[in-house]
Amino acid sequence: MKKSIFTTGLRDGIPIALGYLAVSFSFGIAAVAAGLSPIEAILISMTNLTSAGQFAGIGIITAGGSYFELALSQFVINLRYSLMGISLSQKLDKSFSTPKRAILGHALTDEIFGVAVSRTKPVTPLYFLGLATLPYIGWSLGTALGAVFGELLNPMLRDALSVAIYGMFIAIIVPEAKCSIKTAIIILLAIVISCIIYYVPVFDFISDGFSIIICAVIASVVGAVLFPIKEDEDNGC
Amino acid sequence: MDAKFVIYLAIMFCVTYLIRVLPLLLIKKKIENRFIRSFLMYVPYTVLGAMTFPAIFHIAQNPLCGIVGAVTGIVLAVFGRGLCTVAAGTAAATYIMMIVL
Repeated sequence: MKKSIFTTGLRDGIPIALGYLAVSFSFGIAAVAAGLSPIEAILISMTNLTSAGQFAGIGIITAGGSYFELALSQFVINLRYSLMGISLSQKLDKSFSTPKRAILGHALTDEIFGVAVSRTKPVTPLYFLGLATLPYIGWSLGTALGAVFGELLNPMLRDALSVAIYGMFIAIIVPEAKCSIKTAIIILLAIVISCIIYYVPVFDFISDGFSIIICAVIASVVGAVLFPIKEDEDNGC
Repeated sequence: MDAKFVIYLAIMFCVTYLIRVLPLLLIKKKIENRFIRSFLMYVPYTVLGAMTFPAIFHIAQNPLCGIVGAVTGIVLAVFGRGLCTVAAGTAAATYIMMIVL
């Protein structure tokens, strides 16, 4: 019985793993193109397991950014995991002991969270382990493949593949924007600020990492002030 | 791999790991503050929006490649396609434009 719960988790993780394989492939390419070694790229993927944070991270690392900038960028970009962690903690089975939370919590990603919280039953450690296994392998393996073999691809194809990560981001934000005009306005605000910082020469001193932080914090504060979520609503959708 | 990279790696890992695990270990109750809850709800999407635009326009030499790629991705996503399809469609459209232009 326990074994079948693990298997159910494995099966639920397959589509996530396939998506991660493709996206981390583009991360591997981007990391090596930015000047990191394949081993360094793989280590980042195995210890971080997060797309946006890692992409921002390699930008800061290869630009020789400060430790503070790196820490702050990871904090702001990945802060969403705290919210997910809070939400997920309500769904965890009693058998989820502190050590198990400490180990399996590492695999909390947008997609794994999404699948785990949408389960009607409490989430058991075995189910979560099954769910996280293939995506973790996919993310690490894809990074390795991209980092090692990315150089063999012609530069044009490599650039095109590195766009896949942005495609994944679009796939995450568009459904949210589609279901809530308020969320759409706030996302648009973040994009407008991002473009202003990018294109207006006065803001050239702002690095990419800080730009993301500035855009996200300003737009999200405006969102929280203008369009606060309803009292017992987890999300707009 | 030099010492500086190891420090960078340790910072990335520690910050990201603690963000993920601390709430699971510490917070048993729901956050009641409406402002914080709303702010946290908007954060992932504003981060991803700011990361994607305008960066996607500047991957290829000609910004039109990224524009066509982004529009393709948005259209696919609006029509409810999944993560893989949207990511692949965005990359494919960008690649085709690179070849054409």
